[in-house]
Amino acid sequence: MEPTNDQDPNYFHQVVDCQWACPAHTDVPGYIRLIAQGRFDDAYLLNRESNVFPGILGRVCDRPCEPACRRTRVDGKPVAICRLKRVASDLKGDISEFLPTAPDEKNGKRVALIGAGPASLTVANDLVPLGYEVTILEKYDKAGGLMRVNIPEFRLPADVLDAETQVIIDMGADIHYNSPVNSMRELLAQNYDAIFVGVGAPKGKELELPGRHDDASGHIHIGIEWLKSVAFGHIDSVGERVLIIGVGNTAMDCCRTSMRLGGKDVQVMARRPREYFKASPWELDDAEEENIAITVNHSPQRFVIENGVLVGMEFDVVEWDEGARHSTVLETVVIPCDDVILAIGQENAYEWVERDLGIEFGEWETPVLNEETLQSTLPNVFFGGDAAFGPKNIIWAVAHAHSAAISIHNFCQGVPVDERPQASMTLVSQKMGMTEWSYHNEYNPSSRQQMNHVELTKRFAAIDLEVELGFDAEQTAREVQRCLNCDVQTAFKASLCIECDACIDICPVRCLTITSNGDEEDLRTRLSAPADNLDQAIWVSEPLPQTKRVMVKDENVCVHCGLCAQRCPTAAWDMEKFELDIPYAGNFNILGKSQFAGDSILTRS
Amino acid sequence: MTSPTKPLIPLAVLPKNELGLTVRDYEGAMSTLCAGCGHDSVTAAITQMFFELSTPPHLIAKLSGIGCSSKTPTYFVRGAHGFNSAHGRMATIATGANAANRELTYIGISGDGDSLSIGIGHLSHLMRRNVNMVYVLENNGVYGLTKGQFSASADIGSRSKRGVPNVIAPIDPIMLGLSMGATFLARSFSGDKEQLIPLLKAAVAHKGLALIDVISPCVTFNDHEGSTKSYRFMREHEVKEIETDFVPWQQEISMPHHKDDAREIIMHDGSAMRFRSVPDGYDPRDRQSVEEYIRERHERGEIATGLLYVNESSSDVHEMNNTPEVALSKIPYSRLCPGSAALSKLQEDFR
Repeated sequence: MEPTNDQDPNYFHQVVDCQWACPAHTDVPGYIRLIAQGRFDDAYLLNRESNVFPGILGRVCDRPCEPACRRTRVDGKPVAICRLKRVASDLKGDISEFLPTAPDEKNGKRVALIGAGPASLTVANDLVPLGYEVTILEKYDKAGGLMRVNIPEFRLPADVLDAETQVIIDMGADIHYNSPVNSMRELLAQNYDAIFVGVGAPKGKELELPGRHDDASGHIHIGIEWLKSVAFGHIDSVGERVLIIGVGNTAMDCCRTSMRLGGKDVQVMARRPREYFKASPWELDDAEEENIAITVNHSPQRFVIENGVLVGMEFDVVEWDEGARHSTVLETVVIPCDDVILAIGQENAYEWVERDLGIEFGEWETPVLNEETLQSTLPNVFFGGDAAFGPKNIIWAVAHAHSAAISIHNFCQGVPVDERPQASMTLVSQKMGMTEWSYHNEYNPSSRQQMNHVELTKRFAAIDLEVELGFDAEQTAREVQRCLNCDVQTAFKASLCIECDACIDICPVRCLTITSNGDEEDLRTRLSAPADNLDQAIWVSEPLPQTKRVMVKDENVCVHCGLCAQRCPTAAWDMEKFELDIPYAGNFNILGKSQFAGDSILTRS
Repeated sequence: MTSPTKPLIPLAVLPKNELGLTVRDYEGAMSTLCAGCGHDSVTAAITQMFFELSTPPHLIAKLSGIGCSSKTPTYFVRGAHGFNSAHGRMATIATGANAANRELTYIGISGDGDSLSIGIGHLSHLMRRNVNMVYVLENNGVYGLTKGQFSASADIGSRSKRGVPNVIAPIDPIMLGLSMGATFLARSFSGDKEQLIPLLKAAVAHKGLALIDVISPCVTFNDHEGSTKSYRFMREHEVKEIETDFVPWQQEISMPHHKDDAREIIMHDGSAMRFRSVPDGYDPRDRQSVEEYIRERHERGEIATGLLYVNESSSDVHEMNNTPEVALSKIPYSRLCPGSAALSKLQEDFR
């Protein structure tokens, strides 16, 4: 193999599995260390730089970081990254003076954002401080978008949502509530310099089965519509026996909401076996903890209506072949119920965008976009969040929005939108002494901390009673130490190596080898421990001075304990902290990384 | 300053040996030797060797004397028996232990000071008696614990860290062994585990004294320019006489027929040592030619490594002395100490 080019920021970035997996590339190990030090304000700000809504995401993020976490490959359970984020948010003090503000002098450019969900708010967060006049057009009377109307309050309390949305509006965005955009043509006529569409995927999927539109249709609901009505107080009760059709995260919110509105016997009905469920495993766990039954292999056939009253739903009980592609019907059953909630997906709705404006749409009613710039076929119109590529999640919406904000800034400044600032990195040695490092390098064997929940007997009392209590101080102290500090990288200088094998002998996971070079497939089999996780890179040095062999490191289960560097007699190994400098619109960064007390946390470069 | 600890990471994928143990079960305490010390690599090789041989830790006895080298038994197989004896006396303790319990696997770790200066007399007799054990001599040419004076194995002309050349002729443990009637003599290099691990396995399989002289650089006092026992010097002057393969007798031997110049030596327990790249006429069983060959290499400034001499036809200390077949601890007390009547009868025989 050629020597690995670790001067390319992408190499070390990929070693930080959580940060790489996060669409917004949040510096996870960085903020976990700040939490460990009790620097909650700094931890929050470091989070906010990339993900904008730490308090919200610390509760309801889809957590792509956690399945990627290296700790999973070490002891089976990822670090509770998401819930640590919540700790930073819950314990922070007043950080208002560190937040970006709008300059007194505007830059004369006007931008309209449609919808006040996570995508639009992130665009506002990035553009208002640059002097843009930002107008947000929201169809409801509150900001938050799906975070407001689709996520129940027992998972995301209103005060947390209010605080993190209002902070952006207070920067100086001009928000118009109760202002749905009914015609893109009319909006275009208002001569905004750019328009950002962040309207989400607001339409719940329909299930056309016999009986759907009969007299009893008042007891058949579309999940996200129903959740919205609950959120706005239009619905405050449900029958005792409720069936939820579908088994995604919306279904989990529907069934748990039902339990709080009078449901006693709530069942989630799935067509396929459990391994094909779309819901996140932890959401399934939380629902099942509330005694909600999840029934598999039931395919809905019709609504059973007697005398104008919904009395049940008929299902085919099916058996699937391997891979769950084809099913055979075993029997047909009717399950009695009072209400049915359909939670089988959601889709985009663009009936308000006239088709002769130059904005092209592709399959599934999604706009044709450049995936990196999020620019539509009409150059001054940009999309982001669920509005762009269909339903994803909040953290993707934030990531899209940062990207779109760069595009809008370029577009308004007359710079081509594809001329984008590149990410860069810094690497700083963490050596403090013979065996001391500026990070906590000792492997901590603690197991993942269990989130405490409000007792089952108390939690259904009110719909806005938050179920998760957050980590207590001891849990936090243990959980932060489970982080392996993957951002503190093993940096190697081949010219200093005397091939004494000290690093290889000390490595607790046998990830280092000195051997003759070969191609990757061959090298992977010849290491101290075979490198069989092909998703993880192997790092290869320059030829070593004495024997011309190479140092090879399998990144897979390196616990970043620094023992290789500690045992190295010539300091050929060093532990260096990797920081990714992610570009945002106008290069406006909040660096929660200040080295010296008293430094302003806010820098403008 | 605290000494680092090597954490136990519960990786699910750690391979296990026949006993169901992982390599981590064959480790010991954390080394407090200098970072980069060759001895730590020898420790790692011994750990790996016992793991691969699936030796039950409680059937291993590790012995040592005094010196940096003699600290190393602490750093492998924490479940083994151990005895850290007085300076140069590891050989005597090992002889006694082996006489009492012949069923353990004995591994003694010593250094060039412990073996070739203060302990050379004991080592000589250990070789004469052919005590069944592995004797690892971690040879770095200096007294590391007392800050780098030349030891008895330092080559003439080799320079100390302060630049002073050595003027006294070295003792070569292999040559010493040849003249003392040792039956297994090997040399290796701490930086070459591919050679060292098979040699260690063969040494365990050998019945009798197996001496391995391991050049193990002192990274603090003898790894500089002008040293003849530095990592760089070894890499530039090591001549592998022999590419070694160790084939335990339990395994079916299904390797392709080896080259014409390869030789195979069957050990006492049926295992085989295979040698490749042996120079013309080199026979590790011919003491005279081995002696000549090593001397010739030495004069050329080269260090011959590999299994240099082996004699599988000799008797070990127990055979020579016609001792019981089992460990003394397994013999009933009434037979081991048959009482004053039996003693009187024995004494009568000598009158």
